Amino acid sequence: MKNLEVKHVVKDFRLAGGRGRKFRAVDDVSFTLEPGKTIALVGESGSGKSTVARMIAKLEVPTSGEILLDGKASATRGRALDSYRHNVQMVFQDPFASLNPFHTIRHHLERPLRLHDKAKTTAEVDEQVAHLLERVNLVPTASVALRRPHELSGGQRQRVAIARALAPGARFLIADEPVSMLDVSIRLSVLNLLARLQREDNLGVLYITHDLATARHFSDEIMVMFKGKVVERGPSDEVIRNPQHEYTKLLLSAAPNPENQGRLREEVLAEMNLGAQATDRDRFGTRGM
Amino acid sequence: MNASLDLQSASQRIPGNFGASHGQEPVLTAHDISITYEVEPPVHAVKNVSLTLHRGEILGLAGESGCGKSTLAYGLNQLLKPPALLRSGDVTFHDQGGTDIDVVGLEGDALRAFRWDKISMVFQGAMNSLNPVITVRAQLFDVFTTHRPGMSKKEKEERSQELLRQVGVDPSRLDSYAHQLSGGMRQRVMIAMALALNPQVMIMDEPTTALDVVVQRGILRELMRLRETFGFAVIFITHDLPLLLEISDRIAVMLRGEIVELNSAANIYARPQHEYTQRLLGSFPSLTGDRGAFIRTGEAI
Repeated sequence: MKNLEVKHVVKDFRLAGGRGRKFRAVDDVSFTLEPGKTIALVGESGSGKSTVARMIAKLEVPTSGEILLDGKASATRGRALDSYRHNVQMVFQDPFASLNPFHTIRHHLERPLRLHDKAKTTAEVDEQVAHLLERVNLVPTASVALRRPHELSGGQRQRVAIARALAPGARFLIADEPVSMLDVSIRLSVLNLLARLQREDNLGVLYITHDLATARHFSDEIMVMFKGKVVERGPSDEVIRNPQHEYTKLLLSAAPNPENQGRLREEVLAEMNLGAQATDRDRFGTRGM
Repeated sequence: MNASLDLQSASQRIPGNFGASHGQEPVLTAHDISITYEVEPPVHAVKNVSLTLHRGEILGLAGESGCGKSTLAYGLNQLLKPPALLRSGDVTFHDQGGTDIDVVGLEGDALRAFRWDKISMVFQGAMNSLNPVITVRAQLFDVFTTHRPGMSKKEKEERSQELLRQVGVDPSRLDSYAHQLSGGMRQRVMIAMALALNPQVMIMDEPTTALDVVVQRGILRELMRLRETFGFAVIFITHDLPLLLEISDRIAVMLRGEIVELNSAANIYARPQHEYTQRLLGSFPSLTGDRGAFIRTGEAI
């Protein structure tokens, strides 16, 4: 069994000032990430999708439930955790914050290479860094390696973050909103790069996003999270074309769609003529909507 | 100007009345604007841009980071800070009373009185544009103290409550501090502040970028409703072209400091002329269309 299995995972956070008051951020979530497959995890801010990612990356410990790598329970510390991290890596949302402004690109890639015993000598590091940068289309590699993060654009930085995740030879990538901070015109190229690397290495990818359109095009399966629970899952096209849960429908109707040109205005005018006050406020009790 | 008078005139405007008339009468004209960041070497952020905003319309300003769209917006409101410098061009505000105001020429008190009263702004970053150490009430009162010195405390309180109601936030939230509000609520409060003086133009700089789609939809809906009620014109800045296509009357596409295309939203969508507009439209995979429109190629485009 070569897969990453998330089984009945629950995460409670203790609330400030409350004697034992708890907030359930993730409520009984299960799924299996397989090599070569992408699962998109979709939901609004606060739905618990990033907490799922952080638990898989071992940045949070689940309150209950387990995460299995190749059928075996995964460790939370020590050597065993190191070996888990050889296999599972994360790409964070903000490439401006996830790279250290103090260090060169080479340093960012050298660390995981050395920590995970992928390269021992300087020559080996040089070679592997060049290879990694080439794979993410950052050329000429020699000059890119010597630069610091501020000398790169957002898209280039995110490519470095992807190369860093690949450095330990990871088989599973957790990408938490990897393109939401990037300009629209380069989002697709970064996603396409991820897709190519996935094909080359047969990576299993968990793509976390609130953008349904890219979720649809870049993943095989979509899971929709709402208030900590997975409320809908299925093949991407199926979920988009034939949504079952009310929340999925709401998400779909909320996504900007050029086809709906002028419709919002007509709706608003119709509503005003009826004397209604914005009716669908607080549907689902979405915070602050 | 008396605040209660102002309110009256606002409520007299008939909802939907602006549907037919906008697109005709200009409210803000910018001519040949050039803005340079005086650093070494100088950055020409905005190059010879001319733009007319009509009363009551939503004008979308699209482009990616660094194309100069925010700089242009700041220039229109004389909010540029050194090293940014308005090299040339003039901005004229056509007031409702029929007088024209030369915005670039305003200074000191006249400028302070003009800002927020005629053109208000909703800034980028809903999360951090409110003052974290004073309540929402104090911030709204601040607007009135500055611009409507005649208002009594009771009037301010009433008006503040009314504003929050208009943007869909419970008036009890006047006692809240920014950190006690969600991102969507903070942005609604920002919109309430921008509405406070019944401006004729509202400039919104990426007002929903940090919010998720459901919250964004709620805010857009509110904006559309308020626009119909009060008839202000909006310059809506974002890189989200699908969003602009949905809400704007006209869209200007900016690239490297220049407006490369300006047309009605319908025309931009159906017949984009400039190569860059086409590319921008192509970078959004379709949500509902056929999969064929965009394929996971695995190759860099």
